[in-house]
Amino acid sequence: MKFLGLYRPSAPEGTPPGQETMAKMGKLIEEMTKAGVLLATEGCMPSSKGARVRYSGGKFTVTDGPFTETKELIAGFALFEVKSKEEAIEWSRRFMEVAGEGENELRQIFEGGNCAPESTAELAEVKHRQPAEVGATL
Amino acid sequence: MTAPDTHLAIDAVWRIESAKLIAGLARIVGDVGVAEDLAQDALVAALERWPESGVPDNPGAWLMATAKHRAIDLLRRRTRLERKHEQLGYELEVQQELAVPNLDAALDDPVGDDLLRLMFTACHPILSTEARAALTLRLLGGLTTEEIARAFLVPAPTVAQRIVRAKRTLSEAGIPFEVPRGDDLTARLSSVLEVVYLIFNEGYAATAGDDWLRPALCEDALRLGRILAELAPEEPEVHGLVALMEIQASRSRARVGPSGEPILLLDQNRSRWDQLLIRRGLAALERAEQLGGANGPYALQAAIAACHARARTGEETDWERIATLYAALAEVSPSPVVELNRAVAVGMAFGPAAGLELVDALRTEPSLKSYHLLPAARGDLLDKLGRFDEARAEFERAASLTQNARERTLLLERSMQPR
Repeated sequence: MKFLGLYRPSAPEGTPPGQETMAKMGKLIEEMTKAGVLLATEGCMPSSKGARVRYSGGKFTVTDGPFTETKELIAGFALFEVKSKEEAIEWSRRFMEVAGEGENELRQIFEGGNCAPESTAELAEVKHRQPAEVGATL
Repeated sequence: MTAPDTHLAIDAVWRIESAKLIAGLARIVGDVGVAEDLAQDALVAALERWPESGVPDNPGAWLMATAKHRAIDLLRRRTRLERKHEQLGYELEVQQELAVPNLDAALDDPVGDDLLRLMFTACHPILSTEARAALTLRLLGGLTTEEIARAFLVPAPTVAQRIVRAKRTLSEAGIPFEVPRGDDLTARLSSVLEVVYLIFNEGYAATAGDDWLRPALCEDALRLGRILAELAPEEPEVHGLVALMEIQASRSRARVGPSGEPILLLDQNRSRWDQLLIRRGLAALERAEQLGGANGPYALQAAIAACHARARTGEETDWERIATLYAALAEVSPSPVVELNRAVAVGMAFGPAAGLELVDALRTEPSLKSYHLLPAARGDLLDKLGRFDEARAEFERAASLTQNARERTLLLERSMQPR
């Protein structure tokens, strides 16, 4: 199952992470990649570079950054593929130990369907450990 | 945290730490079976203590320290026993004094090599493929025996026995806990890749109604593959396999209709393909090719899957390239099934007559005698050539050969109404 982690640090925007934090973060990301659980992660630029787009009452409003609140703004995200919510929580814990105080909101990603075969034609192929064009064009 | 919550947290920590734990311990005690027992002991200790004390700040280190103490006890007991038997006396005592502090240094070594050793040992060719898959999921995937049994649709005692026997076989054969080198590496690596892909395919073969643990095998295999790619980054076929699995998994949402019916590749809603997995797959494929592995069997299959992944619509599919890739695959890994797939791709790329010629050459192939996809493919090509009576007969024949009711319906429909 996949979980999205949205990280909101307590520290106000524009508090640059120290060199030590950066090094630790690099090491942690490497560890998460090596563990095969980290699908994607990115950090955000300050909110001054962003905007909020609202659609309400049939009208769009665009508010350019910086956003008025200075704390608990989304600072980055990570997409995990894990076995359980608890595993996602455990990785979050390790992440925040390095990243600093704040909140990491974890949301399970909706994944309709599963690894069921495209057709049993492909399944037959699988048993021969080969891909299937036959299944594609049956 | 309540006790059940703690148990879930412990479960998560186990999932993350168990492989590293077992791998580190196996290097010290030289036996994966003993290493797993020691790791399990540490888990039991955690289950006893953490509900009261709370989960420690560094749970992995706690488990390792606990298991390490037990490993040292075990080694000391062994040494004492040996000494009793062999009367080695003073000399060994000195050695032992020297050896024990070294254990700490050994345990603090980078864990990557240990994990790789564990993977090679669990997938040792001395073991049957089933045993390798079960042992890999157990030691590296952190799955329980019950989970493995449910996923593979076999009784739990069968899996338990398989694992016990596998560990005994490794121990009795004195398989060293190491990463093979030189020529041996290639053969042993292909054994590892085979196991990972087998696990993936077990999940891939699951249907919508199956226990979720079955399709979850796809994720287990992907995780193992991704780990392996980080542990052996210079091996092109590892990236080839990861690419193949990422791209196949990218289609999982689109492969099944609302009532669980399979949807053929060309009929799938491509907007439901997971673009992140496709990107990861394409990147892994590029990695394999950069390492000079474009012609590896996994890289070639990944390249074929990539052709589909890159096409925004079915019509945009680069069938010529697919046909070429199948020809290359037929050279490195020849099989009648590859040949049949090549025939279909050639039919798509160069017209049904060219495809039919290749399919006809396979009609005498004994291994495809009762393979329903041969008449199905032939029927499709005949249909496109306007030879409707022959097409109908082939679809009927294919329908009579398939074991699957949904597919039979599909084939009979086609036999009634050639396009």
